[in-house]
Amino acid sequence: MSAFVWLTMLTALRVLARNRLRAGLTMLGIVIGVAAVIAMVSIGEGAKRAVQAQIATMGTNVIIIFPGVTSASGVRGSQGSAVTLTVSDALELKKRIPLLADTGWTRRDVMQIVYGNRNWNGPINGISPSYLAIRDWSFTSGGPFTQTDLDSAARVALIGQTTVENLFEPGEEPVGAVIRIKNVPFRVIGVLAPKGQSAQGSDQDDVIFIPFSTAERKVFGTSFIGSVGAMFGSTDQVEDLSMAAEQIREVLRARHRLQTEQNDDFTIRTQVDLGKVQEGTSETLTMMLFAIASVSLLVGGIGIMNILLVSVTERTREIGVRMAVGAKRHHIMMQFLIEAMTLSLVGGALGIVLGVAGAKLTTLIAGWPTIISGNVIVIAFLFSLVVGLFFGLYPANKAARLNPIEALRYE
Amino acid sequence: MSSLIECEDVWKIYRVGDVEVQALRGLSLTIEQGEFVAIMGSSGSGKSTLMNILGCLDQPTKGHYRLNGIEVGNLKPDHLAGIRNQQIGFVFQSFNLIPRTSALENAQLPLFYRGLSLKEQRAQAAAALGRVGLQGREHHYPTQLSGGQQQRVAIARALVTSPSLLLADEPTGNLDTQSSQEIMKILETLNRDEGITIILVTHEVDVAAYAAREIVIKDGQILSDRKTKARPMSSPVEV
Ligand SMILES: Nc1ncnc2c1ncn2[C@@H]1O[C@H](COP(=O)(O)OP(=O)(O)O)[C@@H](O)[C@H]1O
Ligand SMILES: [Mg+2]
Repeated sequence: MSAFVWLTMLTALRVLARNRLRAGLTMLGIVIGVAAVIAMVSIGEGAKRAVQAQIATMGTNVIIIFPGVTSASGVRGSQGSAVTLTVSDALELKKRIPLLADTGWTRRDVMQIVYGNRNWNGPINGISPSYLAIRDWSFTSGGPFTQTDLDSAARVALIGQTTVENLFEPGEEPVGAVIRIKNVPFRVIGVLAPKGQSAQGSDQDDVIFIPFSTAERKVFGTSFIGSVGAMFGSTDQVEDLSMAAEQIREVLRARHRLQTEQNDDFTIRTQVDLGKVQEGTSETLTMMLFAIASVSLLVGGIGIMNILLVSVTERTREIGVRMAVGAKRHHIMMQFLIEAMTLSLVGGALGIVLGVAGAKLTTLIAGWPTIISGNVIVIAFLFSLVVGLFFGLYPANKAARLNPIEALRYE
Repeated sequence: MSSLIECEDVWKIYRVGDVEVQALRGLSLTIEQGEFVAIMGSSGSGKSTLMNILGCLDQPTKGHYRLNGIEVGNLKPDHLAGIRNQQIGFVFQSFNLIPRTSALENAQLPLFYRGLSLKEQRAQAAAALGRVGLQGREHHYPTQLSGGQQQRVAIARALVTSPSLLLADEPTGNLDTQSSQEIMKILETLNRDEGITIILVTHEVDVAAYAAREIVIKDGQILSDRKTKARPMSSPVEV
C-alpha cells in the first residue's frame, strides 16, 4: 500500500512537472483563493486587535453620555452642539445611581496654545476631578491636579504626548514650563502617558487638560456656564454597564422633563456597545472573506476538475493498460485523486506563501498591523486538500469506470 | 485436474444501435496448460473478441468460460482485474507501453498492483527485462527503443508476474521480419522452458509455425483446429 501511494504520488508529480504551465494555470484559482484569505484574515485580525486596543484606551467599564442624538456607530456632530447636559446632571446621576462607581465630565474647545515662539492649535479639555481616573490616564512625568487646584480654579495644565512634541524641543522637560492658552498663562504640572488613536480614529494624545473650574471661568467664556460636552460614568463590574446605562437614561429623561413621546436629548454609549459595533464590522469582513474564499476555491476546484478530465481523456490508453495488468477500480481512483490533491496542495502551499508575503508587504507598505495566525494557515491547507479531493472525485471515478477494452483501443 | 481453458458454446454479441453483431457464435474450445496455440483467421472473424474473453478483459454474452476451473462469466470487474494480475500476461500489437516511463517502470507495472515492496518490484522487473535480453536498457524510455525492443519490454511486463497464460494479439503485426523472429524465439523459449501457455493471434504463416496447434476462426466459429507439432517432451505439464 505504502509503495503504491508513494509511486502514485511520484507519477502524479511527474505528470504535473511535465505540464508545468498547464498545472500552474490550473492551480491559479486555489493559489489566489488561499492567498486572498490568508492576507485578508491577517489584515482583519490585525485591525480587530488594534480596535480592541483602542476601545481599551477608553478606560475600564466606561459609559459616555453625549448631549444630542448620535448615530449608532458613535459618529456625531461636534461636542456641545446641543446644550442639554450640565454639571448638575452629572452630580445628580452620581447621587441617584449606586451602580455608578464614579462620574466625571468634560468640555472641550480647540484653542491656540503658545509656548516660547511655538504655536499649536489643539483641543483644551476642562475636566472634572474624577475624569482622569475613569479614563485610566496615567503620567509619564508630573502628576494630576490637586484638590486645591480644582477649588481655586488654578491655572495648571496636563498635556498629552502629541502636544508635547509640537510645543517642546525634543528632550525638553515640559513639567514646570508655562504655556499660554488664549493668552492666559498656565503652568504644566504633568505629562500624560500616550493612548494613541481612539476607536473613532482621533489622536487622543493631542490634548491639554485643565481643571473644569478654570476652563469655565478663565478660558471658555461664560456663555454656557455649567454645561458639559460629555459626561462619563464607570461601574465596578462590566455586567452592570447596561443596567447603569438604563438608569442614567431614566434619571436624565426625568430631569430634562421629556414626555413619553419625545426622544432622548442625549446619547448613552457603553464600552460594550462600542465593542459590539466593531464586532459587527468584523462579522461583515468575515462574511466577505467567506464569499471570496468560496468563489475562488470553487473556481480553483472546477479548474482542477477540468484539467483532470483532460488528463483522463489523454491517458485513456494508459488507463486501459493499467487495467489490463490488474489495476482495480480503487487503484485508478487513487491515482487521479492523488493527482488532484497534489495539484490543490501545491496550489494551497503557494497560496499560503503568497498570502503571508502579501500580509507582510501590507504592513511594510501601508503600515497596517497584521496578525498571521497558524490556524488560518492550517485551515487554508486543509481546505485546499478537501477541494482537490472533492473536485477530483468525478474525473477519478470516470477513469475508474472505463471499460478496459475500449480504453485499450482508444486512439 | 481441469484444463487451463474451457470454452463452452461461447457467444459474444455486440449491439450497435439497432444492429446486432455476432462476433462469436457458439464457440467451444479447450486448451491445456503448457500449450502454444496460434489463432488465425481473416480480419473481423472474431479473434480479438475471443482473446479479450480468454484474457478476462471481457465476458461472454452467453455460454461458459472457465479459466483454471473457475467460471469467469459473472465475476465483478475488480475480481477480473485480480485474475488478470495473477494469472494472465498480455502482449499487444501496438506494444501499449506507458509513454515517458522507463522500461523498468513499465515492466514493474503489474507488480505495482500486487502491493510488493518497491525493492522487490524493481528486482523482479529487472530480472524480467534480462530474460528478454534488455539488460542495460532499464532506464530507457519507449521513444528511445526500437519497435522490437519495445515489444520485448511488453513481454517482460507480461511475464514479470509468472503468469500461467500469455495472450499475444498480433504481437509481430507492427514489426519487421527480423524483430518478429526475435520476439517469436522469446515466446517459444518461454513456452518450452517455463511451460507458460501461449495463445497467439497472427496473420503470418511463418509466425504461426512457432506454435504447436493452429486454430482457424471464421465468422465467430472454429473452422479448423489441428496439431502442427508434436508436443515438446520437456513440457513440465506432462505428468
Ligand atoms: N466493441 C465492438 N462493438 C461492436 N462491434 C464490435 C466490437 N468489437 C468487435 N466488433 C465486431 O465483432 C467482429 C469481430 O471483431 P474482432 O474480434 O476484432 O475481429 P478480428 O480481431 O478477428 O479482426 C467484427 O465484425 C467487429 O466489427
Ligand atoms: Mg483483431
